[in-house]
Amino acid sequence: MTGSEAIIKSLIAENVDVLFGYPGGQIMPFFDKLYDYQKELRQILVRHEQGAVHAAQGYARACGKTGVVAVTSGPGATNVITGVADAMVDSTPLVVITGQVSASLLGTDAFQETDVLGITLPITKWSYQIRRAEDIAWAVARAFYIARSGRPGPVVLDVTKDAQIGILEDFKYEPCSFIRSYIPVPTLQKSKIQEAAQMLAEAKKPLIVYGQGIILSHAEEELMALCNKGGIPAASTLLGLSALPNDFEHYKGMLGMHGNIGPNIKTNEADLILAVGMRFDDRVTGKVDTYAKQAKIIHIDIDIAEIGKIIPVDLGIHADAKQALGLLTLLIPEGNHSEWEAEFDACNAVERKRVSLPEIAPSEGPINMGEVVDMVAEVSKHSAIVITDVGQNQMMAARYSKFNQSRSMITSGGLGTMGFGLPAAIGAKIAQPDRHVCFFGGDGGVQMTIQEFGTIMQEQTGVKVIILNNNWLGNVRQWQELFFGSRYSQTRMLNPDYMMIAEAYGFAHRRVTERAELREAVEDMLKDNRPYILEACIVEEGMVFPMIPPGKGVTDIMLNANEWYTDGRK
Amino acid sequence: MEENNNTLFTVTVYSENQVGLLNQISIIFTRRNLNIWSLTVSSTVLEGVHKFTIACRTSRRQIEAVVKQIEKRIDVIKAFYYTDDEIIYQEVALYKVPTDKILDDNDFESLLHRSNAQILEINRTFAVIQKTGHCDETKQLYEELSKYGVLQFVRSGRVAITRSTVEQVSRFLEAQEERREEIERK
Ligand SMILES: Cc1ncc(C[n+]2csc(CCOP(=O)(O)OP(=O)(O)O)c2C)c(N)n1
Repeated sequence: MTGSEAIIKSLIAENVDVLFGYPGGQIMPFFDKLYDYQKELRQILVRHEQGAVHAAQGYARACGKTGVVAVTSGPGATNVITGVADAMVDSTPLVVITGQVSASLLGTDAFQETDVLGITLPITKWSYQIRRAEDIAWAVARAFYIARSGRPGPVVLDVTKDAQIGILEDFKYEPCSFIRSYIPVPTLQKSKIQEAAQMLAEAKKPLIVYGQGIILSHAEEELMALCNKGGIPAASTLLGLSALPNDFEHYKGMLGMHGNIGPNIKTNEADLILAVGMRFDDRVTGKVDTYAKQAKIIHIDIDIAEIGKIIPVDLGIHADAKQALGLLTLLIPEGNHSEWEAEFDACNAVERKRVSLPEIAPSEGPINMGEVVDMVAEVSKHSAIVITDVGQNQMMAARYSKFNQSRSMITSGGLGTMGFGLPAAIGAKIAQPDRHVCFFGGDGGVQMTIQEFGTIMQEQTGVKVIILNNNWLGNVRQWQELFFGSRYSQTRMLNPDYMMIAEAYGFAHRRVTERAELREAVEDMLKDNRPYILEACIVEEGMVFPMIPPGKGVTDIMLNANEWYTDGRK
Repeated sequence: MEENNNTLFTVTVYSENQVGLLNQISIIFTRRNLNIWSLTVSSTVLEGVHKFTIACRTSRRQIEAVVKQIEKRIDVIKAFYYTDDEIIYQEVALYKVPTDKILDDNDFESLLHRSNAQILEINRTFAVIQKTGHCDETKQLYEELSKYGVLQFVRSGRVAITRSTVEQVSRFLEAQEERREEIERK
């Protein structure tokens, strides 16, 4: 058996059923072997290696399995970097295989040689160069174990050409379950949970803020039980969205820059904040110096490096969220904070009246971005997987989508990678073929990876592509209007005819310019499982509000360009 | 010990013997714009375990975050940080001085003696002097030798050993061995 076959057999042993990739010189022996395994392993040919990684990310986040990518050396490998960095900061399990020149040529600037380890070490959970066929089974096993355990993340395996063609006498795959220098899941410290339970029992105004850690550790039910038993309100980060359903009574909305007013304002009134599986990103905290100074803070995270990194904590609990929340729920007394919870609802009601309703249900003028999102949510009965690109489309999709099951919101959070959405949607649809996958993208971001239309065409992946076309790099335009004296430097976009593009790829398509056509168009899009391009020509100079401007604290909330939220008191 | 944003910390990192580890560790410092003051790599009493000793001036909060991020690297076994009072540490300095100048000086013998330094090698043109000690001591000797004209000077990174009686790394590895057995039993 060759090394290439050993890689494939190892992937299959890890239950990999789909691989996103792009061939090239130094990975040809591997792709050659793939030819014999077309039944066992679905192979998706993307149109750019960045797309392969984003697709694998969408796949991993939609179904929880590790996404797998294979590309060639040199430019193939450097093209995956954006996706790998994105997966690192958003804790997405990936195994990325890059071809590499033969071991004897390493370090000589051979054709298509790049220092993949040097480039990827800072942006991966683990990077390893395989130089001998004998090491393949060991390294692949380790790669999968590392990628998916603990706080998940991307792993890069750089496989030299001679390792791919090397002959193995025998091949035995043993999955990895132990690495001596690595403890993925720490032992639960019961005394700390006890302490947290005590603090929660004493709190008058507790608030749970949670992130993707809930989804990654499958702790959705535990979180819900905790909220129910303690009568505790909970708010999500961007990446935590869909872990709790929108209609859950203790769910109070999204945190952060364009989050809901209730959870942002109440962050600075709570007497106890229980943070779980989130990392206090600056888009969530705003100005750190004024963040929740009055509150005691408990932080539960599986990554100890996150605890105390940004916000000093009163109690840090290094633990898996599911285990920690499960025990915590057992230990807390039943509680009720309905008056406190009502305060969130009151803030959110102001937001609904002043910001949300005018956005999603205007009586006149051009179509709003939020309106399109709201319509898709309604027609899909809140059951679609929502993928976003980055920018206003992302914030609108986060604000106005509704979710009734977990793993339904896939977006590039930590890196904010434009171009993420379209390929991620392909991966998500492949992972969840029976669900609608609705991708919202701006005219800017869609064009960053638009070549993946080719992948959709070839695979007939039933992705619903909703282009929110405002003829601007909207998010940047908004900042220019608000903070740069309306100097619109390089944000005006001249767009191609997206319908002709859809036509060229043979996709069902529709352009909507009038409010009256919107519902019907969305119904047409969602009536079956075909790929579909819906171009919504929306208001050009729309803005996302509420907004906590950069550098401001969580209570400094703009309702619109001229007005700050005042809570009725100030 | 008084601490500020400019305390000298000694970080010790125990790792598996993997290519690229030095790179992985050093970028954690560079990302935070922290200057590594000295760095030494050596083997340890534990087979296959390498030890990095890194000295760096910064605040306790920073160094704590850095150490956590270092420990997060898969092939790092354990990382710790110490202030000077918690460790016994040494550096080695070598000085090259012109032979004729030192032979001319009656004080030289006693200077060597006073500073606890030795001559490693001497020939007609130059002598190489070695001194182990703390940075201020090797620096002082440098100043005292400068009247002869120091031709070359080099100082090693610090090496350090903790004052505590238990080896935390050995303990960790023992606990891990038990975990391994438990996992294998399942
Ligand atoms: C790769 C990349 N380049 C640049 C940016 C900076 N950026 C953030 S949002 C944005 C504008 C996005 O415009 P568009 O895709 O049209 O979406 P809209 O905001 O209009 O919804 C830009 C340029 C980014 N996030 N990612």
